[in-house]
Amino acid sequence: MDNLSVDHLLGIKFLNLDDLELIFQTADNFKEVINRPIKKVPSLRDITIANLFFENSTRTKLSFELAEKRLSADVLNFSSSQSSVKKGESLIDTVNNILSMKVDMVVIRHSSPGAPQLLSKKVNATIINAGDGAHEHPTQALLDSYSMRQQIGNLRNKNILIVGDIVHSRVALSNIFALQLQGANVKVCGPNTLIPKYLKDFGVKVETDLDKALKWCDVANMLRLQNERMSESFFPSVREYKKYYGLNMERIQKLGKDIVIMHPGPINRGVEITSEVADSNNSIILDQVENGVAIRMAVIYLLAKKNFDR
Amino acid sequence: MNKKVILDNNHLNITLDRLACQLTENHADFKETILVGLQPRGKSLCEKLLNILKNKYKISSVKHGFLDITFFRDDFRRNKDVLIPNETDFKLLVENKKVVFIDDVLYTGRTIRAALTAIESFGRPKAIELLILVDRRFSRELPIQPDYKGVQVDVYENQKVNVKWDDVKEGNYVYIENLMNG
Repeated sequence: MDNLSVDHLLGIKFLNLDDLELIFQTADNFKEVINRPIKKVPSLRDITIANLFFENSTRTKLSFELAEKRLSADVLNFSSSQSSVKKGESLIDTVNNILSMKVDMVVIRHSSPGAPQLLSKKVNATIINAGDGAHEHPTQALLDSYSMRQQIGNLRNKNILIVGDIVHSRVALSNIFALQLQGANVKVCGPNTLIPKYLKDFGVKVETDLDKALKWCDVANMLRLQNERMSESFFPSVREYKKYYGLNMERIQKLGKDIVIMHPGPINRGVEITSEVADSNNSIILDQVENGVAIRMAVIYLLAKKNFDR
Repeated sequence: MNKKVILDNNHLNITLDRLACQLTENHADFKETILVGLQPRGKSLCEKLLNILKNKYKISSVKHGFLDITFFRDDFRRNKDVLIPNETDFKLLVENKKVVFIDDVLYTGRTIRAALTAIESFGRPKAIELLILVDRRFSRELPIQPDYKGVQVDVYENQKVNVKWDDVKEGNYVYIENLMNG
């Protein structure tokens, strides 16, 4: 196994299985590094990375920033709410201005699907997609798969369920690509209005009964209702959603088996998942966050290796 | 392939014995000492020495760990291949301890330089020593010399010094080989 096959991390759909294995293997080493008394390595001390967040984020932004700092990179942070984007500057102008300050790598989150791809063609820097609209969120999918593998081993032929607001979720799409690359069986569950029609073309099974779906799965990844992306009404009420698609202890106890519970955050406690379940032993939500830093360190390290050879 | 054995199984055993003996001279009961095998190739040497200390000198439970220095190398991105790290197995703090780095071949000294930085992640050692099985003379790029050395060799730049660890079939030995396109 040598280099990554890609120059940018735009989405899981551009990666192959060898890429995933290389990233996971490298992340194992970084996970050990971030558990040392001194959690820093000097690998990227001559690299500058700009984090451009045109959309709100807590976890992803902090996780990327920490990963960059643990690798000793210089970090620039940018959020659109405090920037000249408000004055009407275009995306490419904004990024080119930042790049003229000699930035090597750009981590971008944007509400428009495809914004990272556009940048990768127009500007001279390595691009990492930190979420583009409802399209992809590749590092989240990588850390989700990595966390699953720590619980249940190789994902080949394992049953992975994604529950909730699939249609507005970039996490769902990236997860589906990553899981299928690893040979897992993927099923989605939610109200029909929140499940995109095209999913069947990807070989993803659809189930609308949560209890049946939970019985089938080894891992349940619960997604958040993305109210901020909903311009119309997709279900009658939050109360009804909670009744049919909310994960609670009663549902889990009825299964008579252990399943792994995941959530990419932020959690709407009491809606898609109850506090009792989110804080239970089956839940690996906080492991996901820890693994996020290791995965992002691995991605940044491998892309830097590939693109900044001297 | 052109191979020239410089230490056969017998001589290698004598050399390992001597190195272990020299360690005991300076570290007595090893209470304040941590042996650090540098991954990947220092690990086997470290394990061999631990064995001798245990069986011959009856010093068991010597504190030790295996350190990978990939992320601390100064040739990251100057090297053609991706540097795939090995596992770091290091659960100890080195604060105020005497550390002995253990590696098979000392060549340019850059691995040891990286290890000197890497070990800082685990505290500030009282002292650091270097134990080397094969010292390649006249090839150093940094001012680094071993405190304990098994054997000293002079080899050309297009030659490589290898240590073969094979307890089961061929036995253990050290050899020089000519690189094809060196």
